[in-house]
Amino acid sequence: MSFVELEGVHKSFGRNEVLRGIDLTVEEHEVVCLIGASGSGKSTLLRCVNLLEPVDAGRIVVGGTELTAPGVDVNRVRREIGIVFQSYNLFPHMSVLRNVTLGPRKALGLSRAEAEQRADELLARFGLSDKRDAYPDSLSGGQQQRVAIVRALALRPKLMLLDEITSALDPELVAEVLNVVRELAAGGMTMLIATHEMGFARDSANRVCFLDAGRILEQGPPERIFSSPTEPRTQQFLARIVEAGRL
Amino acid sequence: MALREHQRAGSRVGDRASRILGGPGGGRSLAIATLSTAVVLTALGLVVVTSPGWPEVRESFFYGPEFRESFPDILEQFGTNVQLFLLAEAFILVWALVLAVLRSLPGPVFFPLRLLSAAYTDVFRGIPTILLVFLLGFGVPGLQLSGVPSSQFFWATVSLVLVYSAYVSEVYRSGIESVHPSQEAAARSLGLTQLQALRHVVLPQAIRRVVPPLLNDFIGLQKDTALVALLGVVEAFRQSQIEVAGSFNYTPYVATAVIFLALTIPMTRLTDWLIARNRRRELARA
Ligand SMILES: Nc1ncnc2c1ncn2[C@@H]1O[C@H](COP(=O)(O)OP(=O)(O)OP(=O)(O)O)[C@@H](O)[C@H]1O
Ligand SMILES: [Mg+2]
Repeated sequence: MSFVELEGVHKSFGRNEVLRGIDLTVEEHEVVCLIGASGSGKSTLLRCVNLLEPVDAGRIVVGGTELTAPGVDVNRVRREIGIVFQSYNLFPHMSVLRNVTLGPRKALGLSRAEAEQRADELLARFGLSDKRDAYPDSLSGGQQQRVAIVRALALRPKLMLLDEITSALDPELVAEVLNVVRELAAGGMTMLIATHEMGFARDSANRVCFLDAGRILEQGPPERIFSSPTEPRTQQFLARIVEAGRL
Repeated sequence: MALREHQRAGSRVGDRASRILGGPGGGRSLAIATLSTAVVLTALGLVVVTSPGWPEVRESFFYGPEFRESFPDILEQFGTNVQLFLLAEAFILVWALVLAVLRSLPGPVFFPLRLLSAAYTDVFRGIPTILLVFLLGFGVPGLQLSGVPSSQFFWATVSLVLVYSAYVSEVYRSGIESVHPSQEAAARSLGLTQLQALRHVVLPQAIRRVVPPLLNDFIGLQKDTALVALLGVVEAFRQSQIEVAGSFNYTPYVATAVIFLALTIPMTRLTDWLIARNRRRELARA
């Protein structure tokens, strides 16, 4: 059994059917990248896996727990799944340290000292120790996004969901964030990543899934998807990316 | 570049803030502002002082000896207003927050609570404060229920709490709604419960944003403490009525007005300053 299993996941917003039957598996320690045009449903899919959006139909199983079963403890589920958003969503009224310790203290019930020790280790590991007491609006976009990653990691999740975490960044800041993700991948973190960074998907993903109008149209190892996609829609999408000089 | 933007935004707000005070930009405009203020004030003063009834009005409203005599007594009774204000304010801050939180709970389960909270704010924002003070202040003690306080000070406080909590809960609610949903989503994604997300992420940001409008409501509350005079509670305004009745001179009213202004004007200035500061921060962030 795979670590993450999605079966026939459907999700509509009003009459807009955004996910039209998603079947997807992610193995433990696997890095899966979701690519696809804007509006194809990548963000919605990630939000469903974290139960930030309820699904209309289908099953989602993570680490043996069926999230879509009735009466499941959503807070418990979320503690095991980290999510990082495109827009960082740090808490502006809290220092970096408090941003990072909030989850461990309130959701895991760690003492302040334990939570701060955990936070300090992670901040040091990602080169953010000197920003410990800074407030988010005094950080660069790249630093904010790295703090957001650290904040999610502080719960020691078994799965990380990353939603276009470099799209809001200036080009020169993209690398510092992607390097963090590469390091996580090297450390064996299971990740499901929505991205427009095709270069990153090509060199870091174990598998790439092409999402089109709420369905996974094609998936496979990055070498194959990027060099010889079989579906015409995938070919079109990648041709446009190449044209835009992004691959 | 970003810094320059910031400074430009800052000075623009500064202009606006000082415009409220009729304020000057450079030395030349300072001179013009001073001159035009002096001219306007002198003109107004002349109109009043040369009016046919002025000598009499001066005698009955601005009579120095009467002012000196009544001022200490009124100031002493003003303690009741301050007490009432502080007591009511403490309850209002808490009760209004409860109402606002009830109103912002999502989902069908909480519909009755949302409905009750909405009905409460509609009713108490719709009743003239003076009417409620009369209804509760005379009505409830009139029932002569045992165990129910018959103190009019008590019911005056209750009336003000009921009315002002309705206003203040709307202020809180607008603050809660101004916090972007992505903040709550981020908190929930860390495994925080809905209440924890509200308590640690949404409310702190919401309350910070609504401090100026809250202060505005409290300026209103400070003034409305005078309404309890209608119940016979002796406070500053009631004391001034007593003094006026004794001397047939209206100067004690002016003395009361001065006392109220001494409290409300600093608060008004503080509120404006906070509003300007908040706006400066928003601009700096954008
Ligand atoms: N909360 C919502 N309410 C209504 N419609 C929504 C909501 N969230 C997403 N949608 C709609 O769902 C569709 C898919 O959105 P989604 O954000 O999942 O796409 P995406 O693949 O992440 O796109 P992008 O690359 O631009 O981030 C869009 O048409 C969007 O308008
Ligand atoms: Mg998206």
